Amino acid sequence: MKNLDVDLHHRLGKMTLEAKFACETGGITAIFGRSGAGKTSLVNMLAGLLKPDRGRISLGGETLFDSAAGIDVPIERRRLGYVFQEGRLFPHLSVRNNLTYGLKRVPKGERRIELEQVVALLDIESLLERRPQALSGGEKQRVALGRALLANPKLLLMDEPLAALDQPRKDEILPFIEQLRDEMALPIIYVSHSMQEIVRLADTLVLMSSGRVEAVGSVEDLTSRLDLRPLTGRYEAGAVLATAIAGQDKAFGLTELRFAGGRLKVPHLNLPLGQGLRVRIRARDVSIALTPPRDTSILNMIECEVKAISEERSPQVDLQLDAGGAAIWARITARSCQALGLRPGLKVFALIKSVAIDRQSLGRRDQAARFLSEDE
Amino acid sequence: MFELTALESEAIRLSLRVAFWSVTASLPFGLAAAWLLQRYDFYGKTLLNGIIHLPLVLPPVVVGYLLLILLGRRGPLGSWLYETFGISLPFTWEGAALAAAVMAFPLMVRAIRLSIETIDQNLETAARTLGASRLSVFLTITLPLIAPGILAGCVLAFARSLGEFGATITFVSNIPGETRTLPLALYSLIQTPDGETGALRLAVLSVILSLAALGASEIIERRLRARLID
Repeated sequence: MKNLDVDLHHRLGKMTLEAKFACETGGITAIFGRSGAGKTSLVNMLAGLLKPDRGRISLGGETLFDSAAGIDVPIERRRLGYVFQEGRLFPHLSVRNNLTYGLKRVPKGERRIELEQVVALLDIESLLERRPQALSGGEKQRVALGRALLANPKLLLMDEPLAALDQPRKDEILPFIEQLRDEMALPIIYVSHSMQEIVRLADTLVLMSSGRVEAVGSVEDLTSRLDLRPLTGRYEAGAVLATAIAGQDKAFGLTELRFAGGRLKVPHLNLPLGQGLRVRIRARDVSIALTPPRDTSILNMIECEVKAISEERSPQVDLQLDAGGAAIWARITARSCQALGLRPGLKVFALIKSVAIDRQSLGRRDQAARFLSEDE
Repeated sequence: MFELTALESEAIRLSLRVAFWSVTASLPFGLAAAWLLQRYDFYGKTLLNGIIHLPLVLPPVVVGYLLLILLGRRGPLGSWLYETFGISLPFTWEGAALAAAVMAFPLMVRAIRLSIETIDQNLETAARTLGASRLSVFLTITLPLIAPGILAGCVLAFARSLGEFGATITFVSNIPGETRTLPLALYSLIQTPDGETGALRLAVLSVILSLAALGASEIIERRLRARLID
């Protein structure tokens, strides 16, 4: 755990970047925002690639930048690993020499991460003697990740490391990042515009919009806040639930999850009983009923209370529902909303199709504990 | 069948020596100039660029004459060199190397500059995030990546130096054994009666020499590229 304290001002063309926030960088901290929100600029300032007009950056008590005190630690002495979107492997060096480029520059006594460990973690043994040109996109990104790790950084910065890859390649890399988080205990700052990736990986979320940091908090809390909805995105709208595996239905290939508001049936997951798991439920996959419907294919009916209704003048409205303390979002037509007479405080049933909860909506495994302890 | 006469082997050895030192001595300056012009913006950049490229457009005789004025015994720089170090450049083979270097300099700078331009500077920043200092980045990333360009610049400069005539004859004259390089020896033979056969032989030698230089550079460059591309 390192405390990251940032207070920066910088003009970027017409936009002014103003980032003021502090957070504990344990696990993965995601910086989320649309393209042009200033995410990359912010990370570049942390790494020292871009010099802010004024402000301060400190990490774990060490000042990296302070315009007032005239401190600007050079890039190579900040010891922050950086995984770029395009990999940036050195074309004239073999994969092995790319990997050890940073490692060689770390004093022997300060090396916590060694070559064998990273090679095993990223499964790149067979690539070691190759040239970067002979690697696929996914392999390049794995090597770039390993190279940054081997520089034994205090913090790892990842700027949309998956954005240049297609979905199969993304699925190839994601498990490695998860392993990194769980096994290396290295704080990571992860820039992304994909809520899917963030839910799967991150613990803390820093929300950015047109150059400003709008909110900082846990992924569960920020995705369930109505006022941040315009930032988390309309299409992406949904809630994140902390759950745990409660049972397996082998005959039908279903797994049952417990969460604060009840139980959810999802397609089979090969995880042990009691294992924590984060689930993202998209607002468009949730419908509403006033009474529990009979003769329906829907397996998940969660009793909830309407907390808030978004006031957008559009054919669709978003409902924020409270299920035993957990937030669930539902997107329905304005017409249905009126027909059912929905209003805050009303008891309703949220209907969620099991098949709508796919692998990609499933995230981090621990951290579900706090909801569950209240549950029992 | 093709025995070299004393005059021919002397001219060849002298030409190679002049060209070798012309390239070797100007390479650090060529690299620095290319780096400066490609990576930095500063006051007077256009002027510096102009001065470096001047020998490309100026008649070689003018360059030789300017060198003579500047570096002659009584020239501002020449007198200082002579009094301080006892060095005198006019009428020596070192002077011939200098004349050749000045004439070849723009070609070398252009080739190196082009190769610096093609480098992805993002690779250099990536290296710095991995803990490498600026100098270390230059030595381990930049230099290996521009090596083919440096080689191309050196070959061009070497070829240009081998063929240098106007500035050389003006600055260091045409002294057998000291400054009579291949082109100058060829010129002398044309001026003498019955020298045609000798002149032709020298012309053939020049062609062979140039082809050998090109061939060698081709081989080295292919190796360098192979390391980059695999």
